[in-house]
Amino acid sequence: MSAPATTEAKPAAPPAPAAPPPPSDKIKIKVDGREVEVPKMMPDWQGKPQPTTMLQACQLAAHEVPHYCYHPKLPIAGNCRMCLVEFGTPQMGPDRKPVLNEDGTPKIAKSVLPYEPGTPRGAIACATPISPGMEIYPNSPATKQMREAVLESLLINHPLDCPICDQAGECKLQEYSVEHGQAQSRFVEAKVHKPKAVDLGPRIVLDDERCVLCTRCIRFTKDIAGDDALGIVNRGSYNTIAAWAEGKFDNNYTLNTVDICPVGALTSKDFRFQMRVWFMKETKSLCTSCGTGCNIVVGSREEKVYRYEPRQNDAVNSTWMCDSGRLNYKWIGRADRLQKCGMRIAERGMLEVAWPTALKAISAKLASAPSGSVAIVASARQTTEELFLLAKLAKKFNALTDSVARNAEGDKLLVNADKNPNSNGARLTGIAGPQLGANLAKISDGLRSGGIRTLIVFGEDVTKHGIGADLLAKLDTLIVSDILPSATTAAAHFVLPGCAHLEKRGTFVNVKGRVQKFMKAVEAPGDARPEWEFLHELVHNVTGQNGFSTIEGLFNEMAREVPGFAGLEWAKLGDTGVTVQI
Amino acid sequence: MPQEHRLILKHADQPGYTPDLECYLRHGGYDALKKVLALAPKDLPDGKKMSPQEQVREDVKASGLRGRGGAGFSAGIKWSLVDRRSGKPIYLICNADESEPGTFKDRQIIHKDPHQLIEGMILSCWANDVKLAYLYIRGEMPQGAKLLNKALDEARAKNFLGKNILGSGFDLEIHLHRGAGAYICGEETGLIESLEGKRAYPRIKPPYFPAVLGLYMCPTIVNNVETLCHVKHIVSMGPGEYAKLGTPNNTGTRIVSLSGDVKRPGYFEIEVGKVTIGELINDPAFGGGLRDGRKLKAIIPGGSSSKILKAGETFKLNRKGADGQMTKVEVPLLDLPYDFDSLMGAGTMSGSGAIIVLDDTRDIVEALANLAEFYAHESCGQCTPCREGALWMSKALHRMTHGEGRKADADYLLHIAQNIQGRTICAFGEAAAWPVLSFVKKFKEDFEAKGAADEAKAAAAKH
Repeated sequence: MSAPATTEAKPAAPPAPAAPPPPSDKIKIKVDGREVEVPKMMPDWQGKPQPTTMLQACQLAAHEVPHYCYHPKLPIAGNCRMCLVEFGTPQMGPDRKPVLNEDGTPKIAKSVLPYEPGTPRGAIACATPISPGMEIYPNSPATKQMREAVLESLLINHPLDCPICDQAGECKLQEYSVEHGQAQSRFVEAKVHKPKAVDLGPRIVLDDERCVLCTRCIRFTKDIAGDDALGIVNRGSYNTIAAWAEGKFDNNYTLNTVDICPVGALTSKDFRFQMRVWFMKETKSLCTSCGTGCNIVVGSREEKVYRYEPRQNDAVNSTWMCDSGRLNYKWIGRADRLQKCGMRIAERGMLEVAWPTALKAISAKLASAPSGSVAIVASARQTTEELFLLAKLAKKFNALTDSVARNAEGDKLLVNADKNPNSNGARLTGIAGPQLGANLAKISDGLRSGGIRTLIVFGEDVTKHGIGADLLAKLDTLIVSDILPSATTAAAHFVLPGCAHLEKRGTFVNVKGRVQKFMKAVEAPGDARPEWEFLHELVHNVTGQNGFSTIEGLFNEMAREVPGFAGLEWAKLGDTGVTVQI
Repeated sequence: MPQEHRLILKHADQPGYTPDLECYLRHGGYDALKKVLALAPKDLPDGKKMSPQEQVREDVKASGLRGRGGAGFSAGIKWSLVDRRSGKPIYLICNADESEPGTFKDRQIIHKDPHQLIEGMILSCWANDVKLAYLYIRGEMPQGAKLLNKALDEARAKNFLGKNILGSGFDLEIHLHRGAGAYICGEETGLIESLEGKRAYPRIKPPYFPAVLGLYMCPTIVNNVETLCHVKHIVSMGPGEYAKLGTPNNTGTRIVSLSGDVKRPGYFEIEVGKVTIGELINDPAFGGGLRDGRKLKAIIPGGSSSKILKAGETFKLNRKGADGQMTKVEVPLLDLPYDFDSLMGAGTMSGSGAIIVLDDTRDIVEALANLAEFYAHESCGQCTPCREGALWMSKALHRMTHGEGRKADADYLLHIAQNIQGRTICAFGEAAAWPVLSFVKKFKEDFEAKGAADEAKAAAAKH
């Protein structure tokens, strides 16, 4: 999984521990022989403080305890038993005081089976709270033996079909088998056979034989998505995950079950059999389907996007995203993408031209445009940096500006009614007022009256928003940048091919004011360029300003000039962004 | 001469004794309830007062009553662990999901003296400030459910149940719930899940101890049928008199279900610890001995989950001598007193009080295959070791009993069972593993001989 440095594709950082409480709220324990002090209470799956578990304490002590059913954002089930660890607690005397060793250290009583005192008794680290003086042995022979045994049990009825399994390469059964398993199984019986390729719903296929019955999918669907669609039928080894009716697993969050399925049981119809995961580049980005701005990881290979997966950001989307946002990426690779600059020459029609030619001609046109004769319709799907540059142009011409509002139904979990990813970016940069689209009528009036002679449109088809082809025909100059052809690009004097967000870097400001950056995953087709690059040239040509040469410099300049972003720096945004006042 | 001591089943088998309320009342029924409702607060030496309810709770603790369901845990301590400060209602559940193979004691009570159980429940609810209780009965006992429902109706009609019971101000309702036929519903947290309308997946402990987070996440007491009946007798007799029955730390009586290769299989109520296993098997008052010409091979002493004991085994038990000192005494199998502690000392348990006798005509591998099949079928499948291990053991034993055994299968079985016990969410893991561990360890030569014979046969067939 090699990735160019520019994408910053690193494994997701573990969730930051809760703010350190005062010292009295700490507990001293030993993990693998090393003394550590950990908080007495830590957030549970809902973020509520609960007594710290052995698993959380081990994580803080940099010991990863293997697990299948435990997920930090789901209620604890404790069924896989993979996180069993050997442990001991200080031995108490009849006076309820700790018994001491000869050297004065407390004597530790290792937990053993009550009916067989020679055999260690493990505890499930995911659900067992720590206590003062506890010793956890995550690497002891007994702990290792327990893990080996659980893995052996999980594999006896598993089909071992890794070569044809989509999960291969990101499968916890594979990974733990290498780290904690045995190379051989003693199993000589016939395997249990269960349903294969079950059509759970429109987006999900289930292979029950690969399932380890961790119930993550059931818990997510019931407790997070609020849909009681999944459950278990049959008993014992014949336990089988099933939807209440085949094909009926159809809420807008079903694909999250594929992410959290630790094995290859649940697969996405969209992604399965498309690409081996180890061939893909991973890029940190954002979903653009609504104003929530779910953090995502883009999987791509050779300039083709294969999947979106949610990326943890507790300030935005926890570890989830909706199915409609996740699958909304196919337009990026459409064959009719704009790939060349176009310039309309009288009598010769639209000609393909090179960037310098187009930008030079546009700059010349703008240089002679009188104040008040220019209007700009931007898009709240553009990056904040692009909107900032358009605002600079607008200032020069005292131009009317706006962007287009886009609303639909939201839900209680993640989907927001605002379908633009960057409405707040448009507001903060001054491109739009509190109500997006409020200026569009004034702009169309200006076109009708002839006061506006030049219109700059970015990323919108204005003919669908009250500025028809008849009005556009009255303009002296119509400059349009977009990524797909539309009635507006067809009417343009200049067409500038732009980039989808996966083809460039920038920031969006979500509905709650979270300023989040995204990285470039794939190259743009043809001559298409990131809008901020050519806007930078235009702004330079028209206003004479030129204070930056990179996206970082541009963002930092914006932070200095736009009050709403005061104090921000590109580097300080991190992977999960910073919240600003909106 | 050892004899039965009938306390719970005192009237049950008397001619003319019927399960209806009138008959129960003629035999002193609901007198214990009237007795507690008349109790006054007791003055303590420190000037404080002890409520009547607390008095009964203390009496149950003082009686030494231990749970008759399987674990033998002190009923008084179980009650004292209930969270009484949560502000949430406290529930009581009677566990009538009697399904341990070999056990048929609770059904005697339910079928023959249902009001005794209901009175025991009412007393226990009253003592624990419970306003709503559930009687969870095994799905395969439709007649028992019918009788209990009739008895509940009768009790309601006489105001032993319902609002303001006998004018005391105490309200109580008991609902009967029928299980749907799963052994795991006898596990208390599985039972609670089932009662809540879910799949009977036992809960993880911590945090879901029923005394704190039980039914509907409220403090909950789950007691066995026989245990609740004993509460009535503790109230009637007083804890001191009650504790004189049985032996120290193993007080009262208990109903033993005796089955298998004896002349007189059946149920016998004995004073705990006053009768030995040998007497239970051989005495004319009990099992009446093995069939003629048969020799004892082994016994399963406390329901099918308990570890098997082999004929001729001896055990080193702690015994208090006349001088009060504890000494180790060697006790042969047949001289083991049938009580909680002696059987624990022998490395097994008295469990549900069910003794299964195997004579020398029994094939030990076949017997274990039968048990393993039961546990594979009844494993709920929630946690990995039991879900996978129970069926794995059953498959291996099925293979062994169908002529495809291997000499190595004895160790193979031990390996599987060892990886189940102590690693599961509930005690079903032990229940499934213990028969295998004990059968194979104690009869290893039988398993190895069978495996070796099959291997020899297979090798011969190849040539």
